Amino acid sequence: MIDGTIAELAQALHARRISSEELTSEALARIERAQSRFNAFITIDRDGALAAARAADAALRKGDGGPLTGIPLAHKDVLMTAGLNTTCGSRMLADFVAPYDAFVVEQLRKAGTVLVGKTNMDEFAMGSSSETSWFGPVRNPWDPAYVPGGSSGGSAVAVAARLVPAATGTDTGGSIRQPAALTGICGLKPTYGACSRYGLVAFASSLDHPGPFGRTAEDCALLLRAMAGHDPRDSTSIDRPPEDYAQLLREPRAAKVLEGLRIGLPKEFHGEGVDAEVAAAVEAAIAELQKLGATLKTISLPAVKYSVPVYYVIAPAEASSNLSRFDGVRYGHRANDFKDLLDMYKKTRAEGFGAEVKRRILTGTYVLSHGYYDAYYLKAQQVRRLIADDFRRAYGECDVIVGPTAPSAAFKIGAKTDDPVQMYLNDIFTIAADLTGAPAISIPCGVTRDGLPIGLQIQGNHFDEARILDVAHRYQQATDWHQRVPPIEHASKSS
Amino acid sequence: MKWEVVIGLETHAQLSTASKIFSGAPTAFGAAPNSQASAVDIALPGVLPVLNKGAVERAIRFGVAVGGTISQRSVFARKNYFYPDLPKGYQISQYEIPIVAGGSVTIAIAETEKRIRLTRAHLEEDAGKSLHEDFHGMTGIDLNRAGTPLLEIVSEPDMRSAAEAVAYAKALHALVRWIGICDGNLQEGSFRCDANVSVRPTGSDDLGTRCEIKNLNSFRFLQHAIEFEARRQIELIEDGGAVVQETRLYDPDRNETRPMRTKEDAHDYRYFPDPDLPPLVIDAAWIERVKSELPELPDVMKARFVTQYGLSMYEAAALTASREVAHYFEDTVRVLGGAPNLAASWIMGALSAALNREEREIGAAPVTPHTLAELLRRIQDNTISGKMAKDVFDAMWAGEGDADLIIERNGLRQISDEGAIERIVDDVLAANAAIIAEVKAGREKAFNSLVGQVMKASKGKANPAQVNAILKRKLG
Repeated sequence: MIDGTIAELAQALHARRISSEELTSEALARIERAQSRFNAFITIDRDGALAAARAADAALRKGDGGPLTGIPLAHKDVLMTAGLNTTCGSRMLADFVAPYDAFVVEQLRKAGTVLVGKTNMDEFAMGSSSETSWFGPVRNPWDPAYVPGGSSGGSAVAVAARLVPAATGTDTGGSIRQPAALTGICGLKPTYGACSRYGLVAFASSLDHPGPFGRTAEDCALLLRAMAGHDPRDSTSIDRPPEDYAQLLREPRAAKVLEGLRIGLPKEFHGEGVDAEVAAAVEAAIAELQKLGATLKTISLPAVKYSVPVYYVIAPAEASSNLSRFDGVRYGHRANDFKDLLDMYKKTRAEGFGAEVKRRILTGTYVLSHGYYDAYYLKAQQVRRLIADDFRRAYGECDVIVGPTAPSAAFKIGAKTDDPVQMYLNDIFTIAADLTGAPAISIPCGVTRDGLPIGLQIQGNHFDEARILDVAHRYQQATDWHQRVPPIEHASKSS
Repeated sequence: MKWEVVIGLETHAQLSTASKIFSGAPTAFGAAPNSQASAVDIALPGVLPVLNKGAVERAIRFGVAVGGTISQRSVFARKNYFYPDLPKGYQISQYEIPIVAGGSVTIAIAETEKRIRLTRAHLEEDAGKSLHEDFHGMTGIDLNRAGTPLLEIVSEPDMRSAAEAVAYAKALHALVRWIGICDGNLQEGSFRCDANVSVRPTGSDDLGTRCEIKNLNSFRFLQHAIEFEARRQIELIEDGGAVVQETRLYDPDRNETRPMRTKEDAHDYRYFPDPDLPPLVIDAAWIERVKSELPELPDVMKARFVTQYGLSMYEAAALTASREVAHYFEDTVRVLGGAPNLAASWIMGALSAALNREEREIGAAPVTPHTLAELLRRIQDNTISGKMAKDVFDAMWAGEGDADLIIERNGLRQISDEGAIERIVDDVLAANAAIIAEVKAGREKAFNSLVGQVMKASKGKANPAQVNAILKRKLG
């Protein structure tokens, strides 16, 4: 039953064909069984989940349930969850119990979802493979020798391996979309400001976006509706009337469901560096969209080629400052032995942070230093504006931009850990949307000869979530890539 | 060689908002440690700053009051450094674009006015406190003060003596209280100054190497610290040495400044715009509203007191030292229906002395403008003499009732009956033939002695003017 989509499960729950308690018990059983193989979770909250499930059942019995009531859900461990450990995949916060709920966690609680646990991730969300966690690497259910992508790898795996129907993630350089692509599920990065960052442990404040993982675009739309909304506790949260992101999806249409849609194909996204199998799958997906009535338009985003270097100046700069609060003074890890204050800082941070986090703190400290600020940080911000200008121009000619989510399918665990630049290039297609703040979704569009999923990225203009979700949904109505299930014994093809 | 001292001040004025600049925690002073530190103030993971509009409003008020330019768009930046009482590892401040640019404050030194230009004023948050006592080999951290809103006011190096610096600090202190943006409490650290001090040969246009003296929280310390520092620098140079740019601390117990850190080990603060806070945008309507709500400023009021009430510059300055004093004066004059000079001399005299004696604010004076005016009216209508009025004032201050009640109860009503005074005068003259002879010989003192004896005989109640007149007539 738990293999169903949120939309299917909600029907069953409301019709009382199944209870949330049964659904949650099934999710917990699968999570516990799968933990040794995929290491998708850091914390499993069996008691809290069952209590929440029983409360959801009570609401459903009274007829008070909404579209998410009773749905088991996992949160990335970078989102604060009151009373539960929130570790960010780091030794620094290994024993840190969150005293409050993040905005999106609170919203999803109010919507009646059942929190089953916290998912594993790259330390402080820094990484593209979920290998840098203090709690060990996450493994890809399609082949445990491969990475699931990152940084939200645990959440992506929890959904892909049918442990939970949905999960949350955060996307700073592609951390929702890239793992969604590498595990064969859907992951949406909303517009910056649509989902409050309150309670998201900051990596790079101007780039951090909370967003949903689901098996279908429709599920992402249902989740986003609950997660989005104005939050006065986040000054970058945008005050807009609530939107039903699934509304367009339900709209009846003539045969050519995407008639009138103009798809932009950036020539920069189809060049060298893209794996041939990925390129072929994306071509085929574009042909499918064309069959559904969309027209194609080649566009140019000349500044996008600077996305990766721009990102790797701005993100570490902000991170170096955001992570300063982890000093061992008030909470989190503190070194046992130290001579004086400086020694306490040094040892605490040397022990508490892993190699990738340190690399980024060092990079960020360097680019903000006196004498380097103008050449690096300021220049990067200027180029960031040029990239945004490119997209603004492009959306004058097209409605959505389509291309691969990642240049390749999943890679083997350990394959890129010694080469940070190769690792960073994994985010080459996803970073731009984080820099501009515009929404983008990754959906499954193929499988490699090795049986690894391939992701298609659909990007839209600011606040065009409903449109990209509609395009993704119509594609999923015509294809079945999203129904492919990794080869694991508890999983079956979704009903 | 003659030396000139060059001084610029950086002043931190704590803004009088009820809650902190980026959180909802209260700012009240003196609470139990860490009882006023919210999740934002202790920098829990995941929390975000939200700007307090009240702090912005106060900064605008200041900018308008000093004639500065309010930036329509200013930017909050992060100043990064590690310290245990700085919970985020950075202070949110304004760096490249402050909320207020320019403006000036006028000071008066020995009857001449001088304009001290301001460079800028910017909003920032205060840090917490490290408590090194009471914790056996450890340091306690109190984050109650963390996130308290500050306005840092930076002057140009326009001051040329410790006296000018103190006059500027006092004028600024009076202004921030006048416009209601800061309680000005020096003991609680609501108003503290850093002084940048350098010396140069008199006549030179070049600035010498400066030292910054940190955290001067009294006007006396400011004065002594600058005097010491200027002397130290001059002696150093005259002995063939050179001033090193550094930050120094003033030790009031030993009355000296000591080095804290040199330029070499100055922090690289790695300022960058805070991505958690959008640029602060202030529209013209907001500035206009603040302008329209601004009270009459001390300089304007001082000039008006001179023209409207015929006060001296000195009196006008004293009566506009604070808004409360100015209101007290104007209220007294209004109730009295005039006599501004009489009111001024009583407020600056008896009232001021009583306030100083008891270290009270004028708002807490037991004698109100209304009751003072009633007392002054009894002087005007000759019910009591000015001298007698002083005793009545003291009784009023002690809470014995209003002027009329005290006058009646103690039988202090002045004797103005011509016949009654004449009888007392005759008695005194009859008993003092020798003194009369002295008066006739032209000795002024002898005359005053007779007046004194008449007053004494009347138990101080005889109208002195009448006593004078009658004596003159009788001896003339």
